[in-house]
Amino acid sequence: MSANSPTLLSIRDLKVHFDLGGGGPLDKLILNKPEKRVVKAVDGVSLEIQKGETLGLVGESGCGKTTLGRAILRLTELTDGQVFYRDRDLAHLSGKQLREQRRHLQIIFQDPYASLNPRMTIGQIVGEPLKTFNLARGREAEQRVQELLETVGLSKRFIKRFPHEFSGGQRQRIGIARALAVDPDFIVADEPISALDVSIQAQIMNLLEKLRREKNLTYLFISHDLRAIRHVSDRVAVMYLGKLVELADAKDIYHEPLMPYTKALISAVPVPDPQIEATRQRIMLEGDVPSPINPPSGCRFHTRCPYAIDVCKEVIPQLVEIKPRHFAACIRISPAQPHIEEVPAGAAPGL
Amino acid sequence: MTISNGNLLEVKNLRTYFDTDDGMVKAVDGISFQLKRGETLGIVGESGSGKSVANLSIIRLIPEPGKIVSGEVLFHDSDLLLLPNEAVRKIRGRRIAMIFQDPMTSLNPFMKISRQLMEMTELHLGHSKAQAFEHAVKMLETVGIPDARSRANDYPHEFSGGMRQRVMIAMALSCEPELLIADEPTTALDVTIQAQILELIKTLKRETGTSVILITHDLGVVAGMTDHVIVMYAGKIFEQGKTTELFSLPGNPYTKGLLRSVPDPTAEQGKLYQIPGLPPDVAHLKPGCPFAPRCDRVEEICHKEFPPFVQLNADHHSLCHFAREVYADSGGVILAADERK
Repeated sequence: MSANSPTLLSIRDLKVHFDLGGGGPLDKLILNKPEKRVVKAVDGVSLEIQKGETLGLVGESGCGKTTLGRAILRLTELTDGQVFYRDRDLAHLSGKQLREQRRHLQIIFQDPYASLNPRMTIGQIVGEPLKTFNLARGREAEQRVQELLETVGLSKRFIKRFPHEFSGGQRQRIGIARALAVDPDFIVADEPISALDVSIQAQIMNLLEKLRREKNLTYLFISHDLRAIRHVSDRVAVMYLGKLVELADAKDIYHEPLMPYTKALISAVPVPDPQIEATRQRIMLEGDVPSPINPPSGCRFHTRCPYAIDVCKEVIPQLVEIKPRHFAACIRISPAQPHIEEVPAGAAPGL
Repeated sequence: MTISNGNLLEVKNLRTYFDTDDGMVKAVDGISFQLKRGETLGIVGESGSGKSVANLSIIRLIPEPGKIVSGEVLFHDSDLLLLPNEAVRKIRGRRIAMIFQDPMTSLNPFMKISRQLMEMTELHLGHSKAQAFEHAVKMLETVGIPDARSRANDYPHEFSGGMRQRVMIAMALSCEPELLIADEPTTALDVTIQAQILELIKTLKRETGTSVILITHDLGVVAGMTDHVIVMYAGKIFEQGKTTELFSLPGNPYTKGLLRSVPDPTAEQGKLYQIPGLPPDVAHLKPGCPFAPRCDRVEEICHKEFPPFVQLNADHHSLCHFAREVYADSGGVILAADERK
């Protein structure tokens, strides 16, 4: 991955808000819900995805990473913002035009049990996109399905079987074959390994990597698993409560994280080595992720951040290039003073 | 039938089978282990390896059509498998407590948190309502629920996942059990919350001296939490030993493969080692080693004969025809019997 590959997808100030009601005249009078309640699942995310890269998107549950992935494909309607793909704004395409574009943009889902229709055979599941987009029919379609199954490491004899006959890892392969059927450019892989056993996770990660190389694919790889993210990604974006807080090359995120949140996330991951586990110091975060209904003011992480100062409650930090190709959203650091530990108490050089 | 000195629990040759339409599923097939007082034992395995069934067998909570076919579970001086139901019920919750993976389905959604905690001590310790409530609040404070007195009267849905798991731990520890069995206690939680919960279990263990059995699929969790580890596969113990030794000198190809297939974030990217194939169907095991079809150092004997359980070191055993070679490959030195300590 070179630093200046062409941009494949450009996401600008994307917002997805879910209205939970409240705040209407009736709500005020009798329902005791005087305030309008809105979940700001994704709240102003801008991101460029380069052709041929795997962009890892990591965060805890409820941070909006899945919603962001779905909004890019418009499987969830976005509230505001643009998604440019081949000079077209997907966010404002009509149904028919959007469907044409979806051929190039596919998704692999987290739950291999819930995302395959139990009443369809594997052949029908993998062949359906071919039918939808009129790409192949009859004998040709069947042949294509067989090829696809072999590409993802399944026997073509499986074509007449049903999903319940397969294990989780095999089902995930079927989901990948379905996504590949239309020869896409871009795939959102939404927690593709979370539901799988350790020994199967490695198989699926290797398969995705092999396919990326062979078919020149671009991935948005969504996961809460930092070990997996580090392994598969070229760049990593860290999300917290609807906002991007850090974005950098995978090795930089791991070796020199700038944000206190990213540091805590990395330090929370257990390492399979008793010697390291016995000696290392964890950065413990207090409490839970706050509710996205009424997210904290200013920097949304200030309620759990060990470095938070009063200004953090007021100023919404912007994503700034602190080091080359390394962006972070924190007012307590700046390009001149990138290490938060060394910043004098109470100072906010990024302001 | 007596238990050795210093051991709290001894499991001997435990077999739990499920008689299904698909055939006899030997979920747990002849496992033995000991747990010393104050020790933490980790049981690792993939889904279907039998790790949860093994522990449900210890407290006799095996659902139909499962049956404990043979074995002994010595707890203090009694065999739990021979006790009448009534006696086992008095031990469960009181002296052996469990925490399950999913805190939402393990709590009653229609009961206040306080009520669920009070039930434990009213039943087992004979507390009055007032005593039990005070104890419940104290326990919630111990596990770090802020504002415990007022939160005690909330319902489970008003708590987050991490908080619910804290409530489960409070409940499990409220009668000061001698043994805590935690079955994937952090699998449903985010990493930052997982770190909090694991730290909490460690602290409470240090303070109360409770012995812990920790069941998990995450090798990282085991590395940081346990003194001894058991690796299970297809209902069998494939390897067991001291945590430090087993991680640095694995003596079984399966353990080795598992350790290598976890991405190492400090290393450069590259192709990740993968164990090929799928875990076996335990209802239809072929003769020979159950791991043979996936093993990278398989030889002819592996397909024909069931492997021996080889002793590699004082506390270290591996189920493999080539255990000594694998152990030596990892850098282990096999001592003669009289040199072992």
